[in-house]
Amino acid sequence: MNNIIKTDNLTYSYTDNEYSKVFENLNLNINKGEFVCLLGHNGSGKSTLAKHFNAILLPTGGVCYVNGIDTKVEEKLFEIRKNVGMVFQNPDNQLVATIVEDDVAFALENLGVEPAVIRSRVDEALKTVGLYEFRKAAPHKLSGGQKQRVAIAGVIALRPQCIVLDEPTAMLDPVGRKEVMDTLYRLNKEENLTIVLITHYMEEAVRADRVIVLDKGIVLLDDCPKRIFENVALIKSIGLDVPQTTELLYELYRNGIKVSFEKLTIDECVDEIKNILEEKK
Amino acid sequence: MISDITLGQFYPVDSFIHKLDAEIKIILTLLFMVAIFFVQGYIGFTIIFIYILITVKASKIPFLFLIKGIKPILFFIVFTVILNMFMTDGEKAFTFIIWDVTYEGIFASVFMALRIIFLVIGSSLLTYTTSPIMLTDGIEKLLKPFVKIGVPAYELAMMMSIALRFIPTLIEETDKIIKAQKARGSDFETGGLIKRGKAIIPILVPLFVSAFRRADELAMAMEARCYNGGVSRTRLRESRPGVYDVYAVIIFALFMSLSIAIGYTNYEFKGF
Repeated sequence: MNNIIKTDNLTYSYTDNEYSKVFENLNLNINKGEFVCLLGHNGSGKSTLAKHFNAILLPTGGVCYVNGIDTKVEEKLFEIRKNVGMVFQNPDNQLVATIVEDDVAFALENLGVEPAVIRSRVDEALKTVGLYEFRKAAPHKLSGGQKQRVAIAGVIALRPQCIVLDEPTAMLDPVGRKEVMDTLYRLNKEENLTIVLITHYMEEAVRADRVIVLDKGIVLLDDCPKRIFENVALIKSIGLDVPQTTELLYELYRNGIKVSFEKLTIDECVDEIKNILEEKK
Repeated sequence: MISDITLGQFYPVDSFIHKLDAEIKIILTLLFMVAIFFVQGYIGFTIIFIYILITVKASKIPFLFLIKGIKPILFFIVFTVILNMFMTDGEKAFTFIIWDVTYEGIFASVFMALRIIFLVIGSSLLTYTTSPIMLTDGIEKLLKPFVKIGVPAYELAMMMSIALRFIPTLIEETDKIIKAQKARGSDFETGGLIKRGKAIIPILVPLFVSAFRRADELAMAMEARCYNGGVSRTRLRESRPGVYDVYAVIIFALFMSLSIAIGYTNYEFKGF
């Protein structure tokens, strides 16, 4: 079994109304160790989808499997939530405790883990996100990026296989955003954690292994970032942006300069433009 | 001005008082509150004062911090003082306009003011030296015997700890809302009582709305982290009363019994 999350004809509706389905017959596979970015306009159903991944919402139709377990099986609820942790948008509204280390310990305490084990896991988690020296601090004294890292620590203390993050950087300043993103990439590379990141920032999607674009509850695109952002016109048509590098290259291309859009990082983009300038000489 | 509210804020230093078991501290604080009303006479109050000085010293909390906690209830203190001063019968000391002030009244009011001040200092010492989590743990442990008769000990503790966690967040939010409303021309500073009271509505409404939204999101975040209502929950820190706690109880008992006993033996000389 290679996939950690699998949806099978997933359908969800907040009301009984036939026409208010957020998505219908959605099929999606998320493989172990992948860094997946979920993009989509407001109301595209990406948050709703994410909430299915650790059984906060249960499907109205179809099945959502986590590690092969149907999320509807109530007895397995905590096993699912142990495996798939979730981090939300507002850093203030997801920290429960008044001290950082107590907050990180919250999930472990809920599961009735031995105090000595909690202690070692909490310390380990805080070291992983680089906040060990803040373990005694009050959450409201931390910056947004730090709070969000505390939330991540609270999730990885459970040693999950996958973390789902619902726009974790939306309320952060650029410094905080970088802190959080660096932590996520590191967790993905070093700990081989599966990351599902919902975001509005295309720059964050560039470094992902795979990008899924949702629109009106349908998987519009599902590919590696390079090939996703080739579809500049399509992405723009559903109200999303492309990374600034792609935007620049796209505009150059539209003005008759032969460039490839496959250059997503700033360095690659610079090289590409340099090459073109060289050729012109 | 809004950030001045310090009640219920933990002052994290490492001290003798901080190390004490929360449960013991809560019981001692409650006993202290009761004891204060049995203390009579200035010797008794001096002993209590010395006791408070020692405790504050041992807690390593700046005295000014504790004094700040008295500010919000200053009006209340003054009110009680005035009431006691004019309402107590006894030997007349002087007449203030048309009201008679008695010696008994003066002493009664001074002692009452001291009692309130000690009460506030004593209780804020508890919240300053005990982290909210410890505090709620302590309350939970104290209430545990009553779970059988339907006291929701765990739920109460959780509610309290969440309330404490969100106090600073909501204070910040209130500050922001006030600024936002001011920027749109709201006026909180002029006008009569009714007008000012009405001016609070545009602060409260958004504050409540956002509090509900926060509650909703927090509930979801808690659920995502395997919250199940406290069944078979463990703790990061399991605290059990230790040697320190025994010392603290002995010292406390000595001081309290001494101060109360002296008040009663000196009964006739009370206040002189």
